[in-house]
Amino acid sequence: MASSTSHRKSQDRKSIPFWRDERVLTAAAQVISAIIVIGGLIWIGVNLLEAAEQRGLSLGFDFINDPAGFPISESVIPYDDSYPFGTAFLVGLLNTLKVSIIGILLATILGTLVGLARISTNWIVNKIALAYIELHRNIPLLVLLFIWYFAVFNKLPPAKGSLELPGPIYLNQRGLYLSWPRLTETGGVFAVSLLVGLILAIITWVYLRRLRERSGRSTYFAGASLAVILVSAVLGLALSAWQPLWIDTPVFEGFNFTGGLRLTPEFTALLVGLVMYTAAFIAEVVRAGIQAVDFGQMEAAKAVGLKPMQILGLVIIPQAMRVIIPPLISQFLNLTKNSSLALAIGYADVFNVGRIMINQAGRAVPVFGMVMVTYLALSLITSLIMNLYNRKILISERAT
Amino acid sequence: MRKLLLPLASLIILAMLLSACGTPSGGEIVEVEVTRIVEVTTEGETQIVSAPAPGYGEILARVKERGRVVCAGRTDLLGFGYLDDDGRNIGFDIDLCRAVAAAVLGDPEAIEIVPVTAAERGPVIQTGEVDILSRNVTWTSSRDSQWGNFTITMFYDGQGYMVRKDSGIESQDDMNGASVCVTSGTTTEKNLAADFRERGLDFEAVIFEDTSSVYGAFFEGRCDVTTSDRSQLAAIRAGADNPDDYVILPVIISKEPLTPVVPHGDDQWFDIVKIVMYTLINAENPAYGPITQATVDDILASDNIKGKTVLGVEGDWGYSSLGLEPDALANALRAVGNYSELYDRYMGPFGIAFTLPRGANEHWTNGGLIYAPPIK
Repeated sequence: MASSTSHRKSQDRKSIPFWRDERVLTAAAQVISAIIVIGGLIWIGVNLLEAAEQRGLSLGFDFINDPAGFPISESVIPYDDSYPFGTAFLVGLLNTLKVSIIGILLATILGTLVGLARISTNWIVNKIALAYIELHRNIPLLVLLFIWYFAVFNKLPPAKGSLELPGPIYLNQRGLYLSWPRLTETGGVFAVSLLVGLILAIITWVYLRRLRERSGRSTYFAGASLAVILVSAVLGLALSAWQPLWIDTPVFEGFNFTGGLRLTPEFTALLVGLVMYTAAFIAEVVRAGIQAVDFGQMEAAKAVGLKPMQILGLVIIPQAMRVIIPPLISQFLNLTKNSSLALAIGYADVFNVGRIMINQAGRAVPVFGMVMVTYLALSLITSLIMNLYNRKILISERAT
Repeated sequence: MRKLLLPLASLIILAMLLSACGTPSGGEIVEVEVTRIVEVTTEGETQIVSAPAPGYGEILARVKERGRVVCAGRTDLLGFGYLDDDGRNIGFDIDLCRAVAAAVLGDPEAIEIVPVTAAERGPVIQTGEVDILSRNVTWTSSRDSQWGNFTITMFYDGQGYMVRKDSGIESQDDMNGASVCVTSGTTTEKNLAADFRERGLDFEAVIFEDTSSVYGAFFEGRCDVTTSDRSQLAAIRAGADNPDDYVILPVIISKEPLTPVVPHGDDQWFDIVKIVMYTLINAENPAYGPITQATVDDILASDNIKGKTVLGVEGDWGYSSLGLEPDALANALRAVGNYSELYDRYMGPFGIAFTLPRGANEHWTNGGLIYAPPIK
């Protein structure tokens, strides 16, 4: 049967009936699949619209400008319950960004260190890293967060009996209060000049380094950049009348400390839990990347006479990055999305605020839509940035 | 033939999907011949109920025939409707049912408690499935128009604050800058924010999704204040390790008048339930004694005219139109006692559930809101 079909096919291309023609069939299958998927989505959408109308639910976004009516425990921007729902959502979004960005940075640092420790030849360091990784990979994140919040941070001394550290820094169950420098009125000029100096210093560094590579002369690129920063700092100080900063110290008033920089136990517990959890996974990714580099590279580097730290920095890590970056992106996205567990310990992230908004405004579908779009946007932006970095690393590799 | 399988299967599935498209399941409006049509809107679902709505005298007749009063209530709320160690229904709301049963049938045990959820409360009384809804229901205008007839408020609840006794806080003005633990997504949160904003005070909101975390954090000392309905605060306080370290402030920042409900359409039953409640309240009046569970029989046997009027044995208080016996009210009192006995049994200083100062629930002779028309 098969041979006669193929025999007929090779002989009689023009008159294959369409229901046996492979090209037609594959095309038809794709079209039909597309119809099924789109049809399914349309059916779901129509169902949603009809059900919403039947029950008198509104699917619009007109509630965004109504006053929210609920308080939020911490906010980067000014907020109270008279602000509109839109601002409340923004507060939640900024809180999520705050914990995600700081979390990603700290988790990467910690994860890399633990990953390197895991392949260390020092037996104790190796086993400690192993214990850390196994512990944090096998306990669910929610349980970890509960432990950090209820078993650790809630057990700190009460506000009236805070631990006092030099600074002054106060630690109690309501948070960590740091003495923090703040800009005076003239301090803005200082900040701007520092920023400008930093940018100029980076440009100087890059330029002088490239110059050294091209010409072979030694240019003092490190010293030059430092000088640029110092000059701009002095200039800024002078412009701001030599008083750019004042120290905001926390003072106990009534029930709590006011002033200074405050890290709430909710934020800290979430940050610590997320960082330690994700660092365990990042450690394994780093370890995999390093072990993926051909052992011959290590031998050759040693034969050439490079010291261990140089081998790691110049030979191993650049090649390991190719293997590390893609799973690392996944871990960053995981951390961002896992921050939604803030709900359990009372940190006002975007999902938590979204849920409160649903209860108070009664609009489940629009608010959940907003929350999903937010997480989608964060994830896509993170992977976009990291993929650009990935591509840059690939290009600087020798073509294999 | 194998090559046909995929397109064939896809076509069949497509055909099935397209045929299923159209009217979503549920929500079909069915016209039914009924004496009265009640449109029930509960949590968004629209149904037409086809049970006959009760008219005058119907519920009493049905109760007498059935031999018991059916009440919708709770079996899990400490103090109001819960089960004791033997599985018997007890609680403030349950006792109100027992009073009605005692008045109508002479037996306080002739009740049947139907546990309902918050979503079922409305429909179950709208359809007349139960005779009384005594379930911690807040009286609001929309519910009055949609669910049934609200009799008389027997418990004035409201949102309040609980603080540590040694914090020295006595009112909101002492709470400026305090940390307040609250459950998220409730009217409690909104009322809290509004209260502080109106007074120009600041606070730090510590918000949790689930109630046990809220109170866990409060008892750990994470916040200075926690807020919720006062009856809930009292129940939580009763469950703390050392309840005497905490105090519920006498302030109330929202209105939650808890009222028993009867179905629309039967004015006789409405009057019966109301008058039983009046008796419980009037009996507490010191001018009549007060009349307690223990002294009912003494007063009946004495020549205390005022007391006997309240007990219904002097004169016609309406029992003939209501289809009751003259001693119905005395039976009700004998079964559950007067309002203060009823309250103190569960929530008094020696209450078996928790202790909550009566506050607004004081008798009107003591400056509270518990007031009833006279029995005469």
